[in-house]
Amino acid sequence: MKPRTLFEKVWDRHVIEQEEGKPAILYIDLHLVHEVTSPQAFDGLRLHGRALRRPDLTVATMDHNVPTTNRSLPIADATSAAQIDALVKNCKEFGVQLYDLHSPQQGIVHVIGPELGLTLPGKTIVCGDSHTSTHGAFGALAFGIGTSEVEHVLATQCLQQQKPRTMEVRIEGKLLPGLTAKDIILAVIAKIGTAGATGTVIEYTGEAIRNLSMEERMTICNMSIEAGARAGMIAPDETTFAYLEGKPEAPTGKHFAEAKEDWRKLATDDGASYDQQVILNTADIAPQVTWGTSPGMGTEITSRVPGPEEFSTESEQKSTRRALEYMGLIPGTPITDIEVDRVFIGSCTNSRLEDLRAAARVIKNRQVSSHVKAMVVPGSQQVKLAAEEEGLHQIFLDAGFEWRESGCSMCLAMNADTLADKERCASTSNRNFEGRQGRGGRTHLVSPMMAAAAAIEGHFVDIRQWEFID
Amino acid sequence: MEPIRQHTGKVAPLDRANVDTDQIIPKQFLKRIERTGFGQFLFYNWRFDKDGNPDPTFELNQPQYQDASILVTGPNFGCGSSREHAPWALLDDGYRVIIASSYADIFYNNCFKNGILPVILPEETVNNLLSRMEAGYTHNLTVDLEQCVITDQAGFKAGFEVDPYRRHCLLNGLDDIAITLQKEEQIEMYERDRPDWYKTAVEKKY
Ligand code: SF4
Repeated sequence: MKPRTLFEKVWDRHVIEQEEGKPAILYIDLHLVHEVTSPQAFDGLRLHGRALRRPDLTVATMDHNVPTTNRSLPIADATSAAQIDALVKNCKEFGVQLYDLHSPQQGIVHVIGPELGLTLPGKTIVCGDSHTSTHGAFGALAFGIGTSEVEHVLATQCLQQQKPRTMEVRIEGKLLPGLTAKDIILAVIAKIGTAGATGTVIEYTGEAIRNLSMEERMTICNMSIEAGARAGMIAPDETTFAYLEGKPEAPTGKHFAEAKEDWRKLATDDGASYDQQVILNTADIAPQVTWGTSPGMGTEITSRVPGPEEFSTESEQKSTRRALEYMGLIPGTPITDIEVDRVFIGSCTNSRLEDLRAAARVIKNRQVSSHVKAMVVPGSQQVKLAAEEEGLHQIFLDAGFEWRESGCSMCLAMNADTLADKERCASTSNRNFEGRQGRGGRTHLVSPMMAAAAAIEGHFVDIRQWEFID
Repeated sequence: MEPIRQHTGKVAPLDRANVDTDQIIPKQFLKRIERTGFGQFLFYNWRFDKDGNPDPTFELNQPQYQDASILVTGPNFGCGSSREHAPWALLDDGYRVIIASSYADIFYNNCFKNGILPVILPEETVNNLLSRMEAGYTHNLTVDLEQCVITDQAGFKAGFEVDPYRRHCLLNGLDDIAITLQKEEQIEMYERDRPDWYKTAVEKKY
């Protein structure tokens, strides 16, 4: 048989039908649902008198539009409350398992999938959210879909899909202290651009990737969409299996052993080829900070804010000019001179336990700068609980951070957590678009350690020079 | 979904690259649970200033573009969030055709599901269309999906390519779900053979 890539193997397993000149009909193993992109899809089912085909393969939570403050109070915003209510009602009517606001398993959909062991190697996973790519860290084929497709999956458990092309992103070298998964993926996006991987599924390979923990792998796959990719994947290995074993919904006993045997076969065959390839070495990557209004507008902490003339095309120059104006930055300013007003540690990119540990270590026995307001929003209630058991929350609170309930929060600022006009934020999230964290707000994407250090110093610092007070 | 065969309409320019779906429809409007009524919020943060007054410097606020139904814009249009509220807002505001040199995948796909035709033309041609509008010049274009060609009265003509299946569905306004439901038998067969270990606890409850 022709050597195949990880993606091709998972794809081939799920094609129900492939007629000439038509998209494939792909079977979906897991459909994750949240409150913002599903109400119109459930309405569509009702409108056409269609049933939900596999309630058992559908799992829902609420995350985008939930308060991160006291959950025993009613939601203040009436439209938000109606959206939350709609999800409760829909899940009840169609028999969908829902991890609601009061559930100890509630959290950002891409944090709870893996935590619950719902995310497994070789599965096809979709959700009406672009960062579904996160689940690819387990060797699943996971991608975001629109609401019409959510309805399609609800009704048929299938999707019509054109087969994407493949791209290998190989990261060579070792990760030195201070350099994180977030810096790797930001460097990849800065290199290939936000449309660099459009139409492809990325597979991340190489020594640096193999040595990453599952949580770090999720950070990498999460931001595949910011490079334009449909999905990002990493071949499952011992690290993956060790993470999954014992997770509530993962297979157990004999089934786990059988599954493991099967999952091992998913790795890309020797001699298989990708349509495109990008190679980076960690030796050439420094901690990253974005300066603009697109995740590709990033640079190294040791660098300066670029000027429009440093770009070759007219279109890039125009975008740069606009971005600098929006961000209130002057070309040539050293990145370390940029002062921040807010720090946000959270989002499906960087709000898992390891992220919080890394940030806590940086701020331990220090105080948040007097002109900075900083907050931590754990990715899920389980992350929050685990962090509290380790006493991480106390480190954050002692340093002057706020410690919140789980949800998307200021990653998209749909709830009450927003930046004010012209406020500047060091954020561990994934998008720095205009107004993403609040109208007029200025977002700089960084790793959790870099965000934590910026909270203490009040401006960006090179975390590689940080003195930890353990 | 309303089919598109031939569409003639006024063209409006939005000369920016990488316009993301957060700009097309900002998140504060995603709380609604309906599919309609999003047009009033289209490009909200660009269209209106902080006090909610129309910003006269924004291209699409200029009087000559008010009833446009074709949007010409920069590369990688629709990147970012998968929110289908973006095409819903465009459609609700009267847009049936978008012209750009490239699109983000999910947005591109979402357009077809909603009866919007996203046309891909070479960057030069798009720039040519944009520069014609720089002086405030307005014109109509006719987009013919049957022939896959765009023309205007003044002799502009450009062919474009669309995936034949997508074109077929758009020409006929076909409902994808109904098409897949016809495969019931194959789906059932596939389900019988799925490996046991995908049947997680959630599944076993039923
Ligand atoms: S944390 Fe941010 S990126 Fe992740 S799912 Fe929520 S809104 Fe989307």
